[in-house]
Amino acid sequence: MTKIVGLVNVFALLSLLAVGGGTAVLPQMKHDTADIHHWVTDTQFAEIYSLGQLAPGPNMTCVILIGYEVSGWVGAAAVLFAFFFPSSLLCYVVSSAWDSARGSPWRDAVQRGMAPIVIGLMLAGVYAVGKTSSFNLERGWEFNAITLAIGAAVVAVLTWTKLNPTLAILAGGAAGFFLLR
Amino acid sequence: MSEPVPRVSLAQLFGAFALIGVTSFGGGIVAYLRHALVERRRWLDEEEFMAALEISQTLPGLNSTNMSVIVGRKLRGPLGAVAAVLGMVLPGAAIVMVLGFAYVRFRHNPDVAIILAGVAAAAVGLLLQVTLKIGWRQLIKPRDLAFVVVVFFLVGVLHVSLVVTLACVAPLAIWLNRPSADAGKEAE
Repeated sequence: MTKIVGLVNVFALLSLLAVGGGTAVLPQMKHDTADIHHWVTDTQFAEIYSLGQLAPGPNMTCVILIGYEVSGWVGAAAVLFAFFFPSSLLCYVVSSAWDSARGSPWRDAVQRGMAPIVIGLMLAGVYAVGKTSSFNLERGWEFNAITLAIGAAVVAVLTWTKLNPTLAILAGGAAGFFLLR
Repeated sequence: MSEPVPRVSLAQLFGAFALIGVTSFGGGIVAYLRHALVERRRWLDEEEFMAALEISQTLPGLNSTNMSVIVGRKLRGPLGAVAAVLGMVLPGAAIVMVLGFAYVRFRHNPDVAIILAGVAAAAVGLLLQVTLKIGWRQLIKPRDLAFVVVVFFLVGVLHVSLVVTLACVAPLAIWLNRPSADAGKEAE
């Protein structure tokens, strides 16, 4: 039961901190779940995140796997609720009020002020996952060269073509299968 | 806003968002939402969609679930919001659970381990690309870039908690972009 309470506390706070989407809270989420509570290892966290990329829908639904890892179905349900309900409730209340604030110059100020913060948080998210997935000091340099190259290739392909991102992810899996042995 | 709100049942709302939830891959959910809500079903016009997106991006929470809340609320009130969010989240959650079980079952298989390492490496690339695509404007503007770097270091490297970081940095960032400051700049 205390574990469930811990899960709900962590993910409800993350829900309300997720300005600019789920990626912004990735570093904090990894810190809370792996470093502080030891619910998952760094590698598990990175793999859970990549599973989320393979599933359709909002990519952060993968958080329920952390809940499941901690306390089974109840944990998964608790995390689902804790991560999606607080921000949704806030959105419901604020969006009702927001309609009446239309045209306020402060709305613009909030948006322009928050934009670089969101990008900084997203880059920190890239770094948090990349430390395990792209450049892992426990692995040899060849392995790291290949994982870095796969990441760079995905960036290039998605920037210059309209390839479906899921196909790029699956291609990464295929590249791993042939190159990382 | 002058047009009457279309009459949509809760089941239709749930179904429409569930369909978006299972067919959208790779984080580009906004494009799928626009196609389904504006072009196909005409539940919102272009302007209403952009307004909803603006709110979704400013408030905490995922863009996709915030959009579901706003559109659900607009069409059917509180229950509509619930139906839309559940539609958006549940199918993907079910598929993630299935993937999770497959992962637990097969993760010690060496072939699966290297495939997953490749998938994870590609996922980092996807995340970086999305960040660059959304953020290039901030990365080329010196003052914004300074905020990007500071936030990156505080949260990513020094592990300062997100609450503390936001409480310190956000007011400053919003203040620097305050309406009067901007009016002064335009006048220069």
